[in-house]
Amino acid sequence: MEALTERPFPPGDYPLVVVGSGPGGLQASYSLRRLGIDHALITADDSPGGMFRRFPFFQRLLSWTKPYAPVPRDSRAYGRYDWNSLIGEEPAHRSIQPELMDGTSEFPSRPEMEAQLAEFVRRTALPIRYGCRWEATRRDGDRFVLQTSDGEYRCGLVVFAVGVAEPFTPEMAGREHVVHYVDTRDAASYAGKRLFIIGKQNSGFELASGLLHWASRIVLASPRPAKLSVETNSLAGIRARYVQPIEDRFMGGGVFILNAAIEGVERDGDAFRVRTRATDGGADLAVEADEVIAATGFVAPLRDLPALGVATFGQSRLPAQTPYWESATVPGIYFAGTINMGAPGLKKNGVGGTGAVQGTRYNAQLLAREIAERHFGIVAPRPRLAPADVVDYLLEEATDAPELWNQKGYLSRAVLFDGDGPYDEGIVPVQAFVDGSGADGVAMTLEGDAEGVVRPVAYVRRRGAISELSLDPDPLNEFRASADARAHLTAGLTELLP
Amino acid sequence: MAGTEEMIDELSGLALFADLARPELAGVVHTLDEEWYPDGQRILREGLSGTGFYVLLEGEVSVRLGEQEVARLRRGAYFGEAAILLGELPGADVVAVGRVRVVNLAGPALKDFLMRHPNVMFRILQEQTRRLRGAIQWRR
Repeated sequence: MEALTERPFPPGDYPLVVVGSGPGGLQASYSLRRLGIDHALITADDSPGGMFRRFPFFQRLLSWTKPYAPVPRDSRAYGRYDWNSLIGEEPAHRSIQPELMDGTSEFPSRPEMEAQLAEFVRRTALPIRYGCRWEATRRDGDRFVLQTSDGEYRCGLVVFAVGVAEPFTPEMAGREHVVHYVDTRDAASYAGKRLFIIGKQNSGFELASGLLHWASRIVLASPRPAKLSVETNSLAGIRARYVQPIEDRFMGGGVFILNAAIEGVERDGDAFRVRTRATDGGADLAVEADEVIAATGFVAPLRDLPALGVATFGQSRLPAQTPYWESATVPGIYFAGTINMGAPGLKKNGVGGTGAVQGTRYNAQLLAREIAERHFGIVAPRPRLAPADVVDYLLEEATDAPELWNQKGYLSRAVLFDGDGPYDEGIVPVQAFVDGSGADGVAMTLEGDAEGVVRPVAYVRRRGAISELSLDPDPLNEFRASADARAHLTAGLTELLP
Repeated sequence: MAGTEEMIDELSGLALFADLARPELAGVVHTLDEEWYPDGQRILREGLSGTGFYVLLEGEVSVRLGEQEVARLRRGAYFGEAAILLGELPGADVVAVGRVRVVNLAGPALKDFLMRHPNVMFRILQEQTRRLRGAIQWRR
């Protein structure tokens, strides 16, 4: 009995350590374990779930799980309709989320999402050391040493899946009067208050939506005009579920939206005065408010990794990453989960890979395969394909592959060629294929444009040179049934498929 | 790594943004994405669609036709606008030399950005005119 309650992974020497028990850490650890890679999974938390143990505060997730999809729940293709379940290899480990939803919405509530992650851990019997906080990092020869609240872990490789979770409030006069999003209270405690929200991205609009019923007035302000996902045709922008405050604004319902920089916040009796400077040529204002909340985002909690040489960039201080999510500057340090936002890929038309669960769970799966191959010599099989089947296979993937649909423009299905003909290279980051050298082949991906049109794009590598073959969109996204797509792709592959 | 204020300071030091007052610059900072590239990484790829507009903040980039370097750009320089403005595919690779930090704007957003910030458009026009004059003088 004692053995059952014993915490796994005591401090010591491991080939690899995964840090974090949100979706990214869980998926990476699960996939590594299935490949037979010995490693420790440690987390500061006392239960699985990462950010979903706390956020979002109001309403529901922004990612859907559709119980009634056009494909069976136990199929790989179902991942396109279930953005939340982690990816298990056995049927019982797959598509857990729809089992845990109460039927009132296709967007799980936060507790339903947390329950799904906990259930995944339970069903897969994934060992995790909880309550073990990573505190500092150093090098010891070619090993990393992670200092934790439980002691030292030595390892050759680390996967950090620590989220982009550290609250960030920009410098401004009177910052001490501003509460960050993470410290938002129970909605009822805002009853009758005049609220000033700094930030016009999803977290700002989530708060505004959640507090419309309670606040007497809501002002949202940031320098850049708010963008809506239905206008940008991408995940960048305020999601459809949070646009109610925008409608209330033009109907005169006590919601105001300013394009302005925040000059400072000062106390004014029991309330505050927020001084704003317009960025759109409008008037500079002093706005009274009872509460000022900064929905100004998060930074990656990388602790001392920059001092170790990990390059970071941008306001979120994301680590610069290779297409396979390794630190661009410190080999052996990898990243999983939402930190993958720091690896934008080709970023065509400004659209990069997503840091959300629906995409990063596939990143983590692929990361495990890459680590297994590169560092442990465990090479995944590359099944042979009949030359006559290549075009159909690629169009089939463009139609159904959840990796391609959920990580558009980042992940692709690659078919390579050697002396014996074509073989399935598997899912690869399209940037690695385009910028890499190697065997002739083709990588099929899906790309969205500013008009919201999704089209299959094949990158063909022939004697080291890359060409781009953009197929026509299909009104029903049924590329596999399109004679035009087949003819176009066949023509583009004539050099490879004589 | 830069917060908003640091980024405003950084951009205000570049010729391209020199005419913008601070509040307008704040809007610009929130519109552009910061990106980081390791040595040897391609930023712009010859012949590939969907490119962006880049302003170089740190490091150098090499403009290459095949293996041959045709230009070397440094801090404050920008690239990618020609393909976007003409609706053509990039005619050269742009590759990071050492570590490179840029701000980036997606191609489809460039026109709106320039219309919104005419002072930036004027600076680009000035630079293009200078290049054109250089090219004409070269021919004489």
